[in-house]
Amino acid sequence: MASHPPLPGSGSWNRRHVIDSASLTYEEVEEVLRAAKSFSHILSRPVKKIPTLRGKVVVNMFYENSTRTRTSFELAAQYLSADAINFSVSTSSVKKGESLIDTAETLAAMGTDAVVIRHASSGVCQQLVNYFGDRICVLNAGDGYHDHPTQGLLDLFSLTERLSDIKGKKITIVGDILHSRVARSNIHLLKLFGADVHLAAPSTLLPMHIESLGCTAHTNIEDALDGADVVMCLRMQMERQRAGLIPALREYIRFYSITQERLEKFCKPDVLVMHPGPMNRGVEIASDVADNREISLITNQVTSGVAIRMALLYLCLSTPAERSGLERFQANLNERMLAV
Amino acid sequence: MKTLLKGGRVINPATGLDQVMDVLIEDNVIAAMESNILAARADEVIELKETQWVTPGLVDVHVHFRDPGNPDKETTATGAASALAGGFTTVCVMPNTSPVIDSTPMVQYIMNAAQPTGIQIFPIAAVTRGLEGEEMTAIGTLLQNGAVGFSDDGRPVSSANMMRKALEYSKMFDVPIVCHAEDCTLCGNGVMHEGYYSTLLGLPGIPSVAESVMVARDIELARFTGGRVHFAHVSSKESVALIRQAKAEGLNITAETTPHYLSLTDACCQGYDPDFKMNGPLRAESDQKALIDAVMDGTIDVIATDHAPHTPDEKAMAFDCAPNGVIGLETSLGVMLTHFYHTKRLQPLDLIKIMSSRPAEIFKLKASGNLAVGQRADIAVIDPNLEWQVDPAQFKSKSRNTPFKGQTLKGRAVMTFANGRCLYRLEASPQETALAAGRSF
Repeated sequence: MASHPPLPGSGSWNRRHVIDSASLTYEEVEEVLRAAKSFSHILSRPVKKIPTLRGKVVVNMFYENSTRTRTSFELAAQYLSADAINFSVSTSSVKKGESLIDTAETLAAMGTDAVVIRHASSGVCQQLVNYFGDRICVLNAGDGYHDHPTQGLLDLFSLTERLSDIKGKKITIVGDILHSRVARSNIHLLKLFGADVHLAAPSTLLPMHIESLGCTAHTNIEDALDGADVVMCLRMQMERQRAGLIPALREYIRFYSITQERLEKFCKPDVLVMHPGPMNRGVEIASDVADNREISLITNQVTSGVAIRMALLYLCLSTPAERSGLERFQANLNERMLAV
Repeated sequence: MKTLLKGGRVINPATGLDQVMDVLIEDNVIAAMESNILAARADEVIELKETQWVTPGLVDVHVHFRDPGNPDKETTATGAASALAGGFTTVCVMPNTSPVIDSTPMVQYIMNAAQPTGIQIFPIAAVTRGLEGEEMTAIGTLLQNGAVGFSDDGRPVSSANMMRKALEYSKMFDVPIVCHAEDCTLCGNGVMHEGYYSTLLGLPGIPSVAESVMVARDIELARFTGGRVHFAHVSSKESVALIRQAKAEGLNITAETTPHYLSLTDACCQGYDPDFKMNGPLRAESDQKALIDAVMDGTIDVIATDHAPHTPDEKAMAFDCAPNGVIGLETSLGVMLTHFYHTKRLQPLDLIKIMSSRPAEIFKLKASGNLAVGQRADIAVIDPNLEWQVDPAQFKSKSRNTPFKGQTLKGRAVMTFANGRCLYRLEASPQETALAAGRSF
């Protein structure tokens, strides 16, 4: 029987919420990654369930459509034996933001331990924490253009699984930076781990003062990809053309699409390619790049997502004392398993 | 009824007066302003300290009282009470009510609603019917019925041709068009200043140029027509530069800014609290500095609050969904004293000027902004050193949406006389009594 590394216990984690990436410290992120590493072993077991969060209730409040993030959170909660409920709100029936506090208040009254929120408005997670304090654990599953901390963390985790060190690596994020919470999340976390972060986008899709976040912005894809170790593609949405931000999708593809040819011509030979999904094949990323298992981390990202969300649910829904107890329990269990 | 204000420091910018003297109010007018008026001449004597200021009742030419249409946000009565608590005795209300103030009956409605409040309330009527930007209102007739200015505030006059006609027409009556400078196509779906913080917070931005491009247009139209333009709530350094230049060229242009632009920046939006959301938005530190300089060098003529009440429920929304606007009547003086008097940026005469006599002059409010024998007795008594904490629960306004909640300000009105009657007197709270005691003894 295979054992898995003990669950982390006595780390620095002391948070009830994860609502942004910018405020996470290096030590906290390391602890999340360590926990995710432990949990990723559970995902490859035939029986993917541990009793860690038995009796806890996690509610997914998704005010915006999302399949993979919601499913990922749902599975993460279930693998930890928590009860996961989906509270889907169709954007058509509820006016944005109108009853968010009321809804959360209702869920809290029903004994919910954690809410996972996806919302089109930036800042709603912060607003909920301002309102509820520590009464309920809030996990941000993407808010407006602000942040998507679990995506940033899972991207970082996928990279640490593949690269020995992220420090000094040139990581280029390509696409609609202006409207991307994924880009903001990744910029904060990759900088925290010492990466050399570059951005590439048409100037209409680069937000003002983005370089103040500590990255280098390019409009020229060749400069951005030059010597890159990792290329992250962002989803290019069709409505940007209608909003007049790009003249035509064809023109975007011509200048910014990540193709095998561009990768070979400009990047490091062992370049890795990532995409948060869902992909527009043939737009921001060529199909042959997406499907090239040698360089594409895209399916690894999905697996990492479950591990990262398990780690965050575990860390936010348990106390340090509970965690060190679990650590001992797990160590005993491993010993006994080895003995058998 | 005769009331004697004894021993205060009388500050009257209209005449440049700044000295300790007594002021005798007889019925609704000022009967005497001299040193050592005999107490026997009055029915009531109010002893003031030399450190307390006796100034003209303050004038705010840009408020929204939501009357008619939204009594849940504010009424003329609660708005007036809020004004009095802030030391204001004259306000100009904006026409974006429901229905819009764009006709004689609506102007008369405002004039009538003002009557019982005791303060002077003047309508700024709409430039175009229904604020639609298409047909000009009856500017001359509305003026004769009591309007003192014209504006589509809340919206710009988008058509340059409409603005040209309005300026040409209003010029006949020498009345200002109040310009809400905003190019809506540049604002898009923006909800805060476009800059570092909008990028950090992931909120859609309103670029400074959305304001300044309209300021530039209206300066050119003022130059072309010779009409009078008053720029409302100027928020950006680019607008300041344009206005400064236009004034240097001698154009007939005036401008106002708000206490919040002078004391807060877009960094305040970091907690996503919609009480920091207004239009134009709180801008960058460099804009704040430029506005402070513009107030000090006279480029900005007037401080106005853009008092814009919204209910707590309306503000309890996601930042991008919440309505624009903050209230300001009860904090305006405190903020200005804290940031301009106590920092020695402005002398008391200059500070009181931009909050009373200058706005009265621009909108030709003859019974406001001046202390003189025979003049309507609209008077504020100000303690510039009184420290107090902004507690929205104490507001006379019906709404609570202030960006200054919890801040400690230094200075406020302690008594406000309107038409000779003391309609506001600060009741010292136990906490304030303790603060005052700690300071004086």
